Amino acid sequence: MTTSTTPETSIEAVPDLPVITITREFDAPPAAVFRAHVDPDLFVQWVGPDSIDTAIEVWDARTGGAWRYTASRAAEGFSMGFWGSFHEIRTDERIVQTFSFEGAPDGVSLETMTFEALEGGRCRIVGTSVVETIEIRDQMLASGMETGVLEGYAKLDALLAG
Amino acid sequence: MADQLSRVFQALADPTRRDLVARLAADGDATVGALAAPYDVSLQAVSKHLKVLEEAGLVSRSRDAQRRPVHLEAEVFDLMTKWIERYRQQAEERYRRLDRLLLAESAAQQSEHPDTHTEGAAS
Repeated sequence: MTTSTTPETSIEAVPDLPVITITREFDAPPAAVFRAHVDPDLFVQWVGPDSIDTAIEVWDARTGGAWRYTASRAAEGFSMGFWGSFHEIRTDERIVQTFSFEGAPDGVSLETMTFEALEGGRCRIVGTSVVETIEIRDQMLASGMETGVLEGYAKLDALLAG
Repeated sequence: MADQLSRVFQALADPTRRDLVARLAADGDATVGALAAPYDVSLQAVSKHLKVLEEAGLVSRSRDAQRRPVHLEAEVFDLMTKWIERYRQQAEERYRRLDRLLLAESAAQQSEHPDTHTEGAAS
């Protein structure tokens, strides 16, 4: 599909609230996009880049269920556990879950994702992550630097030193 | 590096300091006295907040001028914008993987049940 009409992901971080909102549209109906979020065999195929191996250890995608997986990059001996609970699963409409990872075990994010049907068999998802403090929110944003971390930090160093 | 980064985060985690930064962004350079005026705290307390912001590289104060106005270092905020953009790009990469998966799933479904999706198929 070279002429996809899908607009790119947008991110909103309200300065004064510990919240990140993410919006994205897909050329697929809500049922398909929803399934890719709750079916573990599908989920592992897109959650991480190819260089990362995602091993699901717990996956009970129903209201009151739990999840846990380990993401690893064997060549670098890197391994990180992620876990949480499925607070509410409303088929094809809404997923509410918690999210924690070993890098910041005291931090927990409450994540609400809605799946909205659009015309032409398309779908819009809106995900809202709420954390305890603005500091944690900013750390989440900065964690986006993890890949390409060296050149990013080098530039940051230069700027902050200037 | 990590220290510098957490200093920026720590500096902006405080509501008074965020307010100081917001006012400097809106009104431009200001003296400590002018910055402290709206708050119900001592000049020393505001100076302390400004010192934290200064150590994080978020504001600077000219060394020579008598009034030593506080200046917002806007490029640090460009960095925040860059972090958000980097975060967005990673999410976009993740969702492009999902795009490809959805396309493959849809193609697989059509080949399994061609008559439910293909116009003019034999029934």
